[in-house]
Amino acid sequence: MSLQAHQLACRRGDRLLFENVSFQVNDGELLLIEGHNGCGKTTLLKTLATLRYPDDGYVSWQGEPILKLADEFRSELTWLGHHNAIKLDLTAMENLKIACFLNDLVVTDDEVLNALEAMGLYGYEDLPVRSLSQGQKRRTSLAYLLLTQCKLWILDEPFSALDVKAVDFLQRVISQHIEKGGMVILTTHQEVALTSGSINRLNLVA
Amino acid sequence: MLAMRHKTEILTTLFFFIIVISLFPLGVGIDKGLLQKMAPGVAWIAALLASMLALERLFASDYEDGTLEQMLLSPQPLFIIVLAKVLAHWLLTGLPLVLIAPLVGLQYHLNIDTIVMMMLSLLLGTPILSLLGAIGAALTLGLRGGGILISLLVLPLYIPVLIYGAGAVADSMLSHNNVESYLLLLSGFLILTLVLTPWATAAALRIASE
Repeated sequence: MSLQAHQLACRRGDRLLFENVSFQVNDGELLLIEGHNGCGKTTLLKTLATLRYPDDGYVSWQGEPILKLADEFRSELTWLGHHNAIKLDLTAMENLKIACFLNDLVVTDDEVLNALEAMGLYGYEDLPVRSLSQGQKRRTSLAYLLLTQCKLWILDEPFSALDVKAVDFLQRVISQHIEKGGMVILTTHQEVALTSGSINRLNLVA
Repeated sequence: MLAMRHKTEILTTLFFFIIVISLFPLGVGIDKGLLQKMAPGVAWIAALLASMLALERLFASDYEDGTLEQMLLSPQPLFIIVLAKVLAHWLLTGLPLVLIAPLVGLQYHLNIDTIVMMMLSLLLGTPILSLLGAIGAALTLGLRGGGILISLLVLPLYIPVLIYGAGAVADSMLSHNNVESYLLLLSGFLILTLVLTPWATAAALRIASE
């Protein structure tokens, strides 16, 4: 399986963010998208996730344009954006269950609890997320990565607000996913260590 | 799926409705004939305004915390998700109005028949308001001053509902000849909006996420 970008171009208002961006991500590969602030990293990720239409070019999944595949492509995709996508009034448990429900993922309470425990949130699962710290909120939304069965992960700055231990753990989660043949596309300002698989870098220069 | 833990929201719409309703007798005096004549229109206009109060928040919180992105990307049809959101909105803002309608009846000296008719017309009409309002809420996502823009977009669309809703109640006070046709028209609107508006709202949400 592969995700291919063909001659992508994106504009923000009158400003051209990038053009002629082409790349391919295969099974067991990690794509790191680098570039300074405001060069269009998030815009590129949104385009790859069908949240935004490219101004030129197209993205294909196994040879088919993703906009044509629509829900078929989306069911292979896990997206974590800048925002944590969690409801502050619900508990961590409930947030994860909703995320799984939305993605047709059948999980037991124990599986959700284990994921939270692995993310270091043991004992916090029944508190409204509002009362957790910024890093703990981030961990709650990242715990979903332990549950999802999707092949392609698109993560926007997944390491932000995390402490050293959590960054380590997340790196392990990502490399495990790569080892299993998954694909990861992420933006970060940090180095990512992989035990296997290959890392490709894409540098967006405005 | 859509646990709403903001109890204040129900109460604000409900109290807004009650207060608007109560202001009219205070303003125009307690002449029985006049109040009876005004009741259908006043109750319906108050219902329109009240159901619009919470519209702005319908998708705004999902937009801000990123949940909307997850909904757009989930394999569930967006149509169904929109419908669930609208249903939740109606349960919180529409249904309480239907249930409080007898209070209006008491304040405006309406008889039982008319009160029942008012509840029935509100029951058919308020879901239409929520469904139409959802389009406005989705279109104004992420805009500054979206709240006022929603009213400008949505209120004109509410006019047919107002005419037939208030018409049904007024008619039930005078004769009973046309009540049925008013209600049938309202049901027609309801079915039409139920089928069409979730598509429009879903399309507007996709645009808003860019």
